[in-house]
Amino acid sequence: MRIANVRIISQATFLTLFLVCLYLSAAPRIDGYPVSIFLEADPLVALSTAISTGQLYHVGATGLFFGIGLLVATMVLGRFYCGWVCPFGTLHHIVAWLGFPRATKARLEANRFRRWYWIKYGILLAMLVGAAFEILQIGLLDPIPLLSRSMTDAVFPAVDAGLRVVGLGGIHPSATPEFSGAWLIGLLFLTFLLLNLWVPRFFCRAICPLGALFGVFSRFALWRIHRDLSTCGGCNLCSKGCEGACEPEAKVRLAECMVCMNCVEDCPDGSLSYEFLPPPEGAIAGVNVTGRRAVLAGVGGLFLMTLLRRSGSAVLQSGQRHLIRPPGSLAEEAFLARCIKCDACLNVCPTSVLQPAGLEGGFEGLWTPVLDMRMGYCDITCTLCGHVCPTGAIERLTPAQRTGTEERPDGSDGPVMIGTASYDRGRCLPWGMDTPCVVCEEVCPVSPKAIFTREERVIDRDGKPVVLKRPYIDPQKCVGCGICEHECPIRGPAAVRVGSRIGTI
Amino acid sequence: MSRRGLLRRLAETGLAAAGVSGAAIWLHGRQPRGTAAPPAPVSSFRVDAAAGAPRMVIARGTRPGPLVDAALEEMGGIERFIAKGDTVLVKPNAAFDRPAWQGTTTNPDVLGAVVAACRRAGAAEVLVTDNPIHAPEGCFRKTGLGRATEDAGGKVLLPRPSDFGPVALPGTILDGWSVYLEPLLRANKVIGIAPVKDHNLALASLTLKNWYGLLGGPRNRLHQRMDETIADLAALVRPTFSVLDGTRILLRNGPTGGSPDDVVAGDVIALCTDGVALDAFGATLLSRTADDLDYLRLAEEKGRGTRDWRSLDPREISL
Repeated sequence: MRIANVRIISQATFLTLFLVCLYLSAAPRIDGYPVSIFLEADPLVALSTAISTGQLYHVGATGLFFGIGLLVATMVLGRFYCGWVCPFGTLHHIVAWLGFPRATKARLEANRFRRWYWIKYGILLAMLVGAAFEILQIGLLDPIPLLSRSMTDAVFPAVDAGLRVVGLGGIHPSATPEFSGAWLIGLLFLTFLLLNLWVPRFFCRAICPLGALFGVFSRFALWRIHRDLSTCGGCNLCSKGCEGACEPEAKVRLAECMVCMNCVEDCPDGSLSYEFLPPPEGAIAGVNVTGRRAVLAGVGGLFLMTLLRRSGSAVLQSGQRHLIRPPGSLAEEAFLARCIKCDACLNVCPTSVLQPAGLEGGFEGLWTPVLDMRMGYCDITCTLCGHVCPTGAIERLTPAQRTGTEERPDGSDGPVMIGTASYDRGRCLPWGMDTPCVVCEEVCPVSPKAIFTREERVIDRDGKPVVLKRPYIDPQKCVGCGICEHECPIRGPAAVRVGSRIGTI
Repeated sequence: MSRRGLLRRLAETGLAAAGVSGAAIWLHGRQPRGTAAPPAPVSSFRVDAAAGAPRMVIARGTRPGPLVDAALEEMGGIERFIAKGDTVLVKPNAAFDRPAWQGTTTNPDVLGAVVAACRRAGAAEVLVTDNPIHAPEGCFRKTGLGRATEDAGGKVLLPRPSDFGPVALPGTILDGWSVYLEPLLRANKVIGIAPVKDHNLALASLTLKNWYGLLGGPRNRLHQRMDETIADLAALVRPTFSVLDGTRILLRNGPTGGSPDDVVAGDVIALCTDGVALDAFGATLLSRTADDLDYLRLAEEKGRGTRDWRSLDPREISL
């Protein structure tokens, strides 16, 4: 079989596997499958969170070691991940294949190396510098979290809704989930895909910080693409199908070469081969980043990252403003140092209470998970979000650890409290409008209930005595699950809302 | 331009114009998609009883399955209610995705026994459904009600938006309300199986309150007129018979429970064709009386049953 066909099978397999993992994440299906495997095997996730936290996260046998394994493999085989494994890369490959002109001349022009491809190394450097200052933003552009987020928040719901319209069921086991601001995530995803019509693999060649990381490590590659100058006729056809734009017709740029093998297939003279330890002078091993550009990226990145942090999230960290984070989340600062915005937690959440944050937590918190109690509620025994979190931003708890009958890893016990509900008495029917209600009390899931009622005798506006059950919150019992807010019959802002934990002693 | 070409151009333009105009005329004045269907009435599912047939059975014992079978036998056998080829809708309380021991949902063993009995009587289909508060899949899974249904030969239906439509129920608060109509219109027999639960606002959640799970729309607003709503639910669903599942009793912190301390063993099952009477009996299991429950008074006033359950001459058995 042609080696390029083997590569296509590999790409198709990994793309399918990636989509299957996302499919299996939807709540009732998950059933212990290692659905976060692609995220855990992402060495950029491993490296950047190791820099931002000082730890290579793992729970049990799984964890970010997988990613380091891929780096080691890259040092042996080159940047094969991009050409053979990466599901986002495969999507770019497909779009470019479908949409880019077939003519040899256009292809040769499209696949020549462009100097501005160095930008991806700049992005990588800027993000790693940021991580060193505990500002983790790789999730914005690292292809694995990016694809996971785009699929979860935008593509799957859109496809699901479309399938339902034409009566073909849906991907999601129940209703189509909705994610606020998903349009922006979807639009960005689409833009990256459409850029392939201008330059094939635009994202991979110019933007991808994960590809850049592999590029840096591919300088050690033992197996490399090698051109035999003694037989080469100089036709340049080797770069016709070149995925990485690595110039196989000249000195192959190892940092750009995705080992796609198209040059080996396309060479009419059989001059190109993938060789163990070929003569080193046939290749350019380093990346095309000059010292000045590196300084520019580093300093620029540091400025940008610091700017991001000074855009509101400091207020969050001082506790003056607060986002409701998933149960088991670390404290805000530590959470942000780990969260890669992959939104795996949103995918697994059975009620869609988890939503991608907009700018309410500063730009730093963009697309990180927050709870929106009008969209859903947080099941008080559910710990799925922590189980799929690849970086430990959300701790992996057992249901018993969540409900508090078992001690948690940090030594705390008692129920996990993510917030506290409180009443807006002007909007509340029994409080403000002499009308019975207390749906909130009915659905309050803890025992004894955090919401209790007092019978109060009031005189209504017609002078008639009325007995009302008026609801109150016991802050020692309220875990902040938000089902009261979710079920409150008041339209618009609910009459009972979950805010940050109220600091009772 | 040739004559042929001219004619073809004219014909093309004419056809296109006619197509567009025709489509406009066809679409003009049609009912827009998504227009609410006219309210549909729900018929009674009661069966005629022979003179002297038992009207209520109270069975006490610790094994839920045999208890159901014995109670049905005492009532005159399941064949009295279910005929060959019937489509039976069974409505347990699956409101929360909580394990059965918490007593917040119908005991799966009780449900399984009822479903199996219907199948034995030759029912073509036994549909089990609820429109719960928590996500339906999770509810049917964690409560064990889904497994119990399938093991007994029934079929779990999960509510879909298209299954709901407005109900015609003149003179009640529910007239025009969105109801889980699809299974109600599909079935020709309906059986309700409700656990016995404490409830702050309604004081007790029993067989009548259980029909709340067939309501759609913004049903949380009906809490503002809870007693009236429950009394009218007795008019919405006139079941073939109801089962009061007192195998576990949720004494406090209802209707959600959550703690073993909230639940006691009740070891009782009651069957009745009159939900008002059944709930009047059920109130006693929560150390209340029928007079405490305002919705029972309202339901009786509207002629939907009797609170004087003893007048139905209940047969009591023990296993």
